Order: sequence, then C-alpha cells, then structure tokens
Amino acid sequence: MKIVREAIAGTLESNDVFVRVSPADKGLNIQVQSIVLGQFGAQIEQAARQTAQMLGVQNAVLSLDDRGAIDCTIRARVETALLRGAEVQA
Amino acid sequence: MSKLFPSLEDALRHCGLRDGMTLSFHHHLRNGDGVLNIALAEAARLGIRDLTLQASSLFDVHAPLIDHIKSGVVTGIETNYMSSGIGRAISRGVLKKPVRFRSHGGRADAIDSGRVQIDIAVIAAPAADCMGNANGLHGPAACGSLGYAMPDALHAKHVIVVTDHIVPYPLMPASIEEITVDCVVQVPSIGDPKGIVSGTTQITRDPVALAISRMAAQVIQHSGLLKEGFSFQTGAGGASLAVTQYLRPLMRQLQITGSFGLGGITGYLVDMLQEGYFRTLMDVQCFDLKAVESIRDNPLHQQISATRYASPSAKSTAVNSLDVVVLGATEIDTHFNVNVHTDSNGQIMGGSGGHSDTAAGAKLSMIVAPLFRARLPIVVDQVLCNSTPGHTVDVLVTQRGIAVNPLRADLNQALRDARLPVYPIEELKQMAQRITGTPHTARPRGRVVAEVEYRDGSLLDTIRAVD
Repeated sequence: MKIVREAIAGTLESNDVFVRVSPADKGLNIQVQSIVLGQFGAQIEQAARQTAQMLGVQNAVLSLDDRGAIDCTIRARVETALLRGAEVQA
Repeated sequence: MSKLFPSLEDALRHCGLRDGMTLSFHHHLRNGDGVLNIALAEAARLGIRDLTLQASSLFDVHAPLIDHIKSGVVTGIETNYMSSGIGRAISRGVLKKPVRFRSHGGRADAIDSGRVQIDIAVIAAPAADCMGNANGLHGPAACGSLGYAMPDALHAKHVIVVTDHIVPYPLMPASIEEITVDCVVQVPSIGDPKGIVSGTTQITRDPVALAISRMAAQVIQHSGLLKEGFSFQTGAGGASLAVTQYLRPLMRQLQITGSFGLGGITGYLVDMLQEGYFRTLMDVQCFDLKAVESIRDNPLHQQISATRYASPSAKSTAVNSLDVVVLGATEIDTHFNVNVHTDSNGQIMGGSGGHSDTAAGAKLSMIVAPLFRARLPIVVDQVLCNSTPGHTVDVLVTQRGIAVNPLRADLNQALRDARLPVYPIEELKQMAQRITGTPHTARPRGRVVAEVEYRDGSLLDTIRAVD
C-alpha cells in the first residue's frame, strides 16, 4: 500500500493518540511523542510499526502524539491514518 | 492606637522584616491569591534575602516565586501542597535546599508545638476591621473558612492582616482575633475571586468515575459504618465527590442522619446539610460559592482550625471522629502505600494536604481511582513517593474491582459476604497490565529536592530531581 498524501486520525484527548502520516521515499520513519514515553515508548513504536507492516506500507512518515492510548487504540488510529493517506475507500 | 499601616512595606518594617526570616501564608484564596506575590515582591524590593516560606499550600498563581528563588530572596520552602507549575520547577532543582512537605495536621502541630517558628504571618483576609479581627465571610474575595491561618495567627511572632475590605470595628465573627494581630494593611485587591472559589462544583459525568463511585458507596454500605451518626469526608475531584451522590439514597433508605461532614466543603455537602442528611458541617476550607454562603449564614456549618481538623498532638481532632474518608491517588502500591505528591514520572504535582491525616484518623480510609489512567496502571510495585503509609489505608476501589488491605480481614469478609468484587491488590495490578502492557518504570535519580514529613514529624520519604 502506498501513501500518496498527508492524512490524520485521532485526537489529543486523554487516552487517545493523534496520528499524522505523510508520503516518504525510503522506509518507515516513526516519530513518537507521548506523556508515557518513558513507560511505554517502545511499545507504542512497535504497535505503529506492526500496523504499517500489516497493511503493507513500506514507505511513510508516521508521527504520533500520544496521550496515553492503549495498544488497540494506537493500532486503530494508525490504521485509519494510513488508509486515508493511501486514499483507500472504506 | 491604630494598627492600620499605609502600606505593606511599612507593616513589614514595623514587624522587623530582615534576612533569614520565616514568613507564613495560608491558601484559602487558592489559585486566586494575590497576597503571597505582593508580600514577596515587597520583600524583594526591600533587598531582603534568604527567606523561608511557610505556606499551607502553593498554587500556580504563585509562579513569581520561582524568580524570587533564583534571585535568593527565598531559599527555603515548607508547604503541604504544591500544584504542578511550581512543582515542575522544584523537581528540576531550582531550590537548593529540599522543600519540606507536611500534612495539614502535621503543619498545625509543627506550628503549635514550636517545632516551626514563624517570624511574620501575612494573613490574606477577605474582611477585617482596623484592629485586625478578620474573617473570610464578606468582601469581594470572600473564601469562607480561614481554618489554615489560625495556627499561624496564634503562634507567629508578628501578624499582618492584609485585606481589601475594611469594615467598622468590631468585625463579627472573628476567625482571626485582634489579640494576635500587629498590623492591618488595606490593598486594592487580595485576589481574583475567579481563582478562589468555583461557582459550583459539578459532579463528574465520566462513566468510569461514576462506576467507581457507585462501587465505593456499596463498600461504605457494607462496612458497618453507615448508621445513625455517620460521619464523612470526601475530596472535590472526580470520583470522590460523586460518591456522595450514591450515598444519599442509601442514607434515605436507612432513615439515618449523619453527625458531620468534614473537610474541604463543597455545595454538595451543603445541600446534604440543608436537606437533613447531616446534623452539621465542620469546615476547614470552602471549595465553592455555595459553601461560602452556607458558612456565613448557617450556624450548623462551623469553621474549624487546622489544629482541630487534624493535628496529631491535639487531645482530639475531627479526623479522630471520622467514620469514612474517600481519597484519591496518583499511585498505590501492593502494600497500599499511596502517592499524592508526584506524577508517574516522579515530578511534583501535589502534596498530602489532609490525605495522610484523614487516612490515619478515619475508621475506613478508602482510595478511589481508575484501574489505569492514561495507560498507567494505578497499582504499582512501589510508589515513587510514599505520601500516606499503607497501614493507614483500608481499601482501594476501582471500576473493575476492590482490594482490601490484608490488615482488615473483617472488612474483607464483610465485602465478600455482600458479593462485591474483591480481589487481592496484585490481581488488580495484573488486570490493568493485561490491558495497558507492562510499564517500564525509571525512578528519578537526581539529588533530593523535597522531603516528606509524616504527621508525627518523622521523615516518610524523599523526592528526587527529574531531568
């Protein structure tokens, strides 16, 4: 799946994550900001990476502004942002 | 004879302000307080240095304090609570000497017993007369009770009353009596009413908080304490206040009248007083306008001093007669120790206030909190700061289940008999971690920036600097 435009998903509410995706040339670049970076930074990155891989996204910049979302929320928000960025119709 | 001084500068000079002194302040004006800032600015202008601040609490409105620390005007802070804006600066090490945290009761005892010496108490007074009789009932900055200022007024070497509302002598009633007051100063404004009391304190509509408070009310119901003469304290936040909403129908059903509601008083407890659920309110601090009106107009709503509220060395205090207290937590560990001083990164964002006092005094001390908050499980292996020792905490109530302190086998049995969802506290921790994942916890390793003194004067814990 190819990211063709910038897209967003999620909110900055507590327990949610705001995801921004944009096209890129080489590889997955995942940037994570989080209020629980120290406690869950690696797990947040991993959830985002696995979601991109599951959708077959090889090149993209993913930027996450996390407000303490649990894994299923992160996966859902990342998936939505990627589908929007790939202009996939639901 | 006149105690009226034309300016705070004159009053401070009259009281002999000099380097190294201890100045005290109360926090009834909360995040609307203007007096602490005015007084420190005055001291700075006079070139005074090396002051110790003895404040019952500090709020973000006091941010100019940070500059007075940097310039050496203030070199020591002792307080019972510090909101996150000030706490962040302290956690980053702005103050060389560690902050001394106490509880509301512990501070009153330290002052009453002389362990803490106050040179000048600067008392923000919403109403005062020319001889220094003062109360919080009238004037544009009315805040209700002045309970936390009472030990300061009694024991400080000098007392300055600062007001924006002078009334003819004698002011009635006097929360602060003229016998202790050296100087009275009139200023244009002692604070911003918007930051002092909220219009109304709303009960939360958050479904998780409501689930917690419903379960908390069930715990009270089956604790054996909900009977004629029941006494109760709760905080104003989130799930704590909502517990009262579920208590009302239970009390009505049982046809019981409570003896007193205690603590920081909200309009919700005022309603319960007016509707006959409680015989009286004992009020050390008002949280909203309805509480301020009630303490002014209703003789059953009585003001109490910090000493009578919670001093551990008094012959008895209100917390000793308390049946149930509902309290919050940022963390609770598997030994039931509670943290209310720092966030989960170890950064200061609060303080004991009356937390450890009421937990020690009440027959049932209950912590209400969500199983996890912003992905962070409430139950941890070891709290980052021990604010309230586990042996004084009886039960944790979350939306998914209840954990009873093993010291309270009787309560454990009673709640199980009532078929409430009781689990070992470790099980609540695992329940949360199955949803959140396992957090990586790093304890701050910087130098000690604060010491937490327990209500009996012993050192309970220390707080270290974060980056």
